[in-house]
Amino acid sequence: MNVTLLFLAVIGAIIAWWMAGQRLTSKPWLEASPVQTATSLNDPAAPAIKVGLYVFLGVVGALFSLFISAYFMRMASSDWWGMPVPRLLWVNTALLAASSAALQWAKNEARHGRMEKLRPALATGLLLAALFLAGQIEAWRELTAAGYVLADNPANSFFYLLTGLHGLHILGGLAVTGRTTVRAFAANVPPTRLRLSVDLCATYSHFMLAVWLILFALFAGWANDFVDLCRQLLN
Amino acid sequence: MVEIPAGGADAVPAAEVEDMELYHPKSWWTKYVFSQDAKIIAVQYSITAISIGLVALVLSWLMRLQLAFPGYFAFIDADHYYQFITMHGMIMVVYLLTALFLGGFGNYLIPLMVGARDMVFPYANMLSYWIYLLAVLILVAGFFAPGGPTGAGWTLYPPQSVLSGTPGGQDWGILLMLSSLIVFVIGFTMGGLNYVVTVLQGRARGMTLMRMPLTVWGIFTATVMALLAFPALFVACVMMLFDRLLGTSFFMPAIVEMGTQLQHAGGSPILFQHLFWFFGHPEVYIVALPAFGIVSDLISTHARKNIFGYRMMVWAIVIIAALSFVVWAHHMYVSGMNPAFGFFFATTTLIIAVPTAIKVYNWVLTLWRGDIHLTLPMLFALAFIVTFVNGGLTGLFLGNVVVDVPLSDTMFVVAHFHMVMGVAPILVIFGAIHHWYPKVTGRMLNGVLGHIHYWITFLGAYAIFFPMHYLGLLGVPRRYYEIGETSFVPPSAHTLNIFITIMALIVGAAQVVFLFNLIWSLFRGKEASGNPWRATTLEWQTPQTPPAHGNWGKDLPVVYRWAYDYSVPGAPEDFIPQTQPATAGLTREVMR
Repeated sequence: MNVTLLFLAVIGAIIAWWMAGQRLTSKPWLEASPVQTATSLNDPAAPAIKVGLYVFLGVVGALFSLFISAYFMRMASSDWWGMPVPRLLWVNTALLAASSAALQWAKNEARHGRMEKLRPALATGLLLAALFLAGQIEAWRELTAAGYVLADNPANSFFYLLTGLHGLHILGGLAVTGRTTVRAFAANVPPTRLRLSVDLCATYSHFMLAVWLILFALFAGWANDFVDLCRQLLN
Repeated sequence: MVEIPAGGADAVPAAEVEDMELYHPKSWWTKYVFSQDAKIIAVQYSITAISIGLVALVLSWLMRLQLAFPGYFAFIDADHYYQFITMHGMIMVVYLLTALFLGGFGNYLIPLMVGARDMVFPYANMLSYWIYLLAVLILVAGFFAPGGPTGAGWTLYPPQSVLSGTPGGQDWGILLMLSSLIVFVIGFTMGGLNYVVTVLQGRARGMTLMRMPLTVWGIFTATVMALLAFPALFVACVMMLFDRLLGTSFFMPAIVEMGTQLQHAGGSPILFQHLFWFFGHPEVYIVALPAFGIVSDLISTHARKNIFGYRMMVWAIVIIAALSFVVWAHHMYVSGMNPAFGFFFATTTLIIAVPTAIKVYNWVLTLWRGDIHLTLPMLFALAFIVTFVNGGLTGLFLGNVVVDVPLSDTMFVVAHFHMVMGVAPILVIFGAIHHWYPKVTGRMLNGVLGHIHYWITFLGAYAIFFPMHYLGLLGVPRRYYEIGETSFVPPSAHTLNIFITIMALIVGAAQVVFLFNLIWSLFRGKEASGNPWRATTLEWQTPQTPPAHGNWGKDLPVVYRWAYDYSVPGAPEDFIPQTQPATAGLTREVMR
């Protein structure tokens, strides 16, 4: 459960940092004035939906860190044989990174209100993410064709389970990005309305890219070396 | 000291948070059924949770009948007994307590208490309820499925939970249970995002975090915990579904079942236990923290005194929440563990007693020399303190490895957790319903019926669970369908079991009085004023009772003070609502 505890420590640090700014040492029984408003309330940089997304990403992070904890704990047993990483995964990784970059580009265009560039940027991001999903399914087909089936070995089981779960999250992101893209292509939508949506899509996409990179490192075995190193240092 | 010039404070404009676009129901269906109004959703959550809770109550009767009169009732065979145990536990912990505190009280109280018009994401909030209802229906479907519901115990430990020896293990039971939990977690996440973000971003002007009532603090913190802990349950359920349906070996070791070698190999049942209790222990506090918060407000309001040590109360809530994530393995002492880990988890477990004790002392010190009104909410709050202290103390015993190992599989543990997270939070729920019913319905609950229900429930629950500790110390095991002939269980234990069963039947029946009161008072109860308890918090200051759609009139409230200005010296009344500006001449120095 070390990975989970590490993740919780990060979340805890964020919460502690946030709480440090909330005047938790104030003595409310001595105050009688309306001036002590929390600053976040009137801060246009943090609309509720954006905070909502960050909280949601915290939940998704907890989910994946728990799966990764389980991965390491199960890996310690003797019946674990690592499985080969198909080359296709490298291509998929590049696709997902490019998709994330395209959405970042879209975010910049939206910020400057350039609709004519926002549309192709969004469409590119959407297309690349869809290609990533198609690539993942193709990777599954290659592996099953090569005989690496789900129930054969815990390494296989985790591979399919984690890529599947990550794919579902990407699919959810695709749905939202798709809706935003459709709105962007609709006539007479003011860019200010779109700005927030594009911003959120980009944030989500970056987060899912980060999750994928960690999972990829796990499957490729680099994370294991890293963990071994940590263990040696601790001992 | 803050000095406010006369009239100056009144000049503050009410416009604050950008007024949200409120959704407006267009038909009867969208107003009362598929409603996006948090108050309606709260009532829907509460009714569903209480209904399924009644099922769990009946199940507990059936279990008790078997324990008191083994073999007397032909329809309670061993399989059914385990199914009753499992469903009773799971329903009570997840589908009743969690749903009622967070979905019910959270939805109703958060927007009203922080001065918002509604939750920030009303649509997701509505979905949250309907997904919860779906989870409940899937759970209930287990009773009608071939083979019945799962009988694996509420902890669902593999490998037994998916083997054919356990009821529902190779039938539909376990599948429906796991699916229901997965659906529940998804639905809860939608609601939980709402509760957290509404507290963060939806507060009225002047409502700093340190001016929030402790009820909101409790529910808010519990929701943050739930958002981080429920994924563990989700992960455990998904992986077990894979093991059961797709033949993977996440949790399943190599095993021979009825002479057949199963295809599983190498899986780790302990891994499941880690995941389950990583959810399971915070779950205790997910239920307890809202109860702590609510009880603080009940005591302060009905003792007409400011809460003692408000800051400590807030910090204690936060510290308990943080600590509860590093104690989970104290549920696994008997699973075998490295002694160093046992020492670590015993230490963290005992440390939690410190902030918890601070809270108990602060409740008692709030009562000290207060103007105590023995109203029903206050009676229930007092009953909670007594019960919680009792359950908490036995928790200190069980937190130690050497004490836990012999007691772990006895009725002592059953008595402990029923006291601390069964009876205690449910007493708070009753108190809270008595307290807020006038706001929800505009009518008071009947006092005579309330007292009958209170005394039978409080004393009866003690009569059930207090003697159970002795059974545990005698070594009477838990989870046994029938004790049978043993050398160490004396005949008096059987007599005691009969006594406990009779009390359980009586206490269960007393709940009918409460339900009758809820329904009868809805039509015939005394009409309530907007603020019958003369309380300070915002929900009692709404222009209408019950609050209309959008909660507040044209302008949102402005908050000028904390939630506990009771019996302030020099004030004309013994309470000052949070919305009242400081009056000229009466500065805080005088008021202090």
